[in-house]
Amino acid sequence: MGLNKLTAHELIDLLKEGTIKPSEIINALEGRVRIVDPKVRAFVRLNGLNLRPATCDLRPPLEGIPVSIKDNICTQDYNTECCSKILAGFKPPYDATVIRKLKEAGAVIFAAKTNMDEFAFGSSTENSCYGPTYNPWDLDAVVGGSSGGSAAAVACDEAILALGSDTGGSIRQPASFCGVVGLKPTYGRVSRYGLIAFASSLDQIGPITKDTRDCAILMNIISGYDPYDSTSVNIAVADYAQSLGEDIKGIKIGIPKEYFIEGLDEEVKGIVEEAINKLKDLGAVSKQVSLPHSEFAVPVYYIVATAEASSNLARFDGVQYGLRIEDREQPALAKRSGPRRTENRLIGMYKNTRGEGFGQEAKRRIILGTFALSHGYYDAYYLKAQKIRALIKEDFDRVFEQFDCIITPTSPTAAFKIGEKIKDPLKMYLSDIYTISANLAGIPAISIPCGFTKKGLPVGLQILAKPFNEEMLFRVAYAYEQSTEWHKMKPKV
Amino acid sequence: MAITEETVKYVADLARIKLTPKELEKLSQQLQDILGFIDKLNKADVKNIAPMSQILPVNPPLEIPGPKSGDERRFIQRGRDLRSSGRWGSTNVLRDDQPSTSLPSDKALENAPQREGNLFGVPKVIE
Repeated sequence: MGLNKLTAHELIDLLKEGTIKPSEIINALEGRVRIVDPKVRAFVRLNGLNLRPATCDLRPPLEGIPVSIKDNICTQDYNTECCSKILAGFKPPYDATVIRKLKEAGAVIFAAKTNMDEFAFGSSTENSCYGPTYNPWDLDAVVGGSSGGSAAAVACDEAILALGSDTGGSIRQPASFCGVVGLKPTYGRVSRYGLIAFASSLDQIGPITKDTRDCAILMNIISGYDPYDSTSVNIAVADYAQSLGEDIKGIKIGIPKEYFIEGLDEEVKGIVEEAINKLKDLGAVSKQVSLPHSEFAVPVYYIVATAEASSNLARFDGVQYGLRIEDREQPALAKRSGPRRTENRLIGMYKNTRGEGFGQEAKRRIILGTFALSHGYYDAYYLKAQKIRALIKEDFDRVFEQFDCIITPTSPTAAFKIGEKIKDPLKMYLSDIYTISANLAGIPAISIPCGFTKKGLPVGLQILAKPFNEEMLFRVAYAYEQSTEWHKMKPKV
Repeated sequence: MAITEETVKYVADLARIKLTPKELEKLSQQLQDILGFIDKLNKADVKNIAPMSQILPVNPPLEIPGPKSGDERRFIQRGRDLRSSGRWGSTNVLRDDQPSTSLPSDKALENAPQREGNLFGVPKVIE
């Protein structure tokens, strides 16, 4: 038994041999979820949920392997609520493109959705309307966010494979905090159709897995052009599994000096430097580089992302789906009441619904974004942020003319304590400092486990590459993984 | 810059969000701190820089070579690597003007809090 502890590629081999049946995997996962999830809370709305699928198509390549899905990716069979009160009870009438592709590839969509910061607004999964997920390595610590449930589920063997979404680090940072692998694809590599939008110019869906090979397997399935997402790019998808096992001799690694400064935890710094030395031992060449506009990444992001969010979240108005709270302060519409009163009742309903339905961080971001786009402030904030975004992208273009990849810590610290930053939004925003740039520049980035702090918390190594060069990420990540054991470490919960 | 409670109230109204007086006070302080940090943007020199609204540039027609899985050549255009030149985007995305199936209205209305026949129901706006 203990099938839930295995990776997808190990299970695929067993399934192909006929040694095990997919139902045994689901049984093992269900057992694990029932034992550890009351402590970890990686999943939401578990009560009364039947985790066994009605049907299961045994098809290659996944042969019936279950995949856990973040609560902001539309699944026709299960509620999708973005862990927000405003979407309570929402059952999507269609599957996201990634879900359709997974089903076609023989996946079973796991019935329980994974916990997240409401609408992916956050870096700790504390902003969920269902309460936080607890880090399996230290139940007093956060899991990171916003895809915290997916990362925690994979880390403590409640899931084999998972999908998250990444707008400013929401896959990579929780992967790093939980000691698993997480990849944000190039903008346009994976269809966003059916991903409930946060910031449309930054969002990407990506895998969270136990090792690099599993990550490549999932990327092979979910990548590619989709006519339903006009920002998905029609460039051929490589077989990512082929990049695994290629050596990294002579690979040129850039180490951005702006990432190794004050604010980076000394222990994390040491662990990441050791990982870079390991890559050098494997034949890579590293050199310090400069990304001069790095200091602007966080402020640019919190203008661009909130501006887009304020627009995207306008759709939650109590009309098409989810929560509606009528404006009871207005009298019931009398026959002779004027148009002004009736208009107020509609707008009152909008305001009540959104005031009640959104959590604090969602309100904060919508208001900040609306402010940045409003008359008189647009030029000073939104337009300026867009210009600096162009400079940030140019920084990367320049480095990638000479280097194959860039390596940084995924996060400046290991997992922080629950409650430590939730009262200070600015402090929380700064925990995304190393991951945000990849979204602004549209480039792919992966986080892989590269060690543990003295307290036993995992640390992540971030690798970034040129647009549409996920192959490079897999090549470097796999080479590192093959020569270390970090990805095999399991939390004791 | 300074952001007053009055401004926050005005913006919250624009965003159709009802705030309690307590929320308004707390949010104003927090937004003040956040904008204080964001004012860092003023340090950047953005003279002659075009704003970037999204990362995929809309280019004049570019012929992207056809599918050649795993082949680096698919990125090479007139001797330049599309990925480092920032020219790997596409032209405006248009689809053929052909009718196709879409979500049936019954399905689209399934989640509506209030439904009137084949329509979404809202509080009465006009007499």
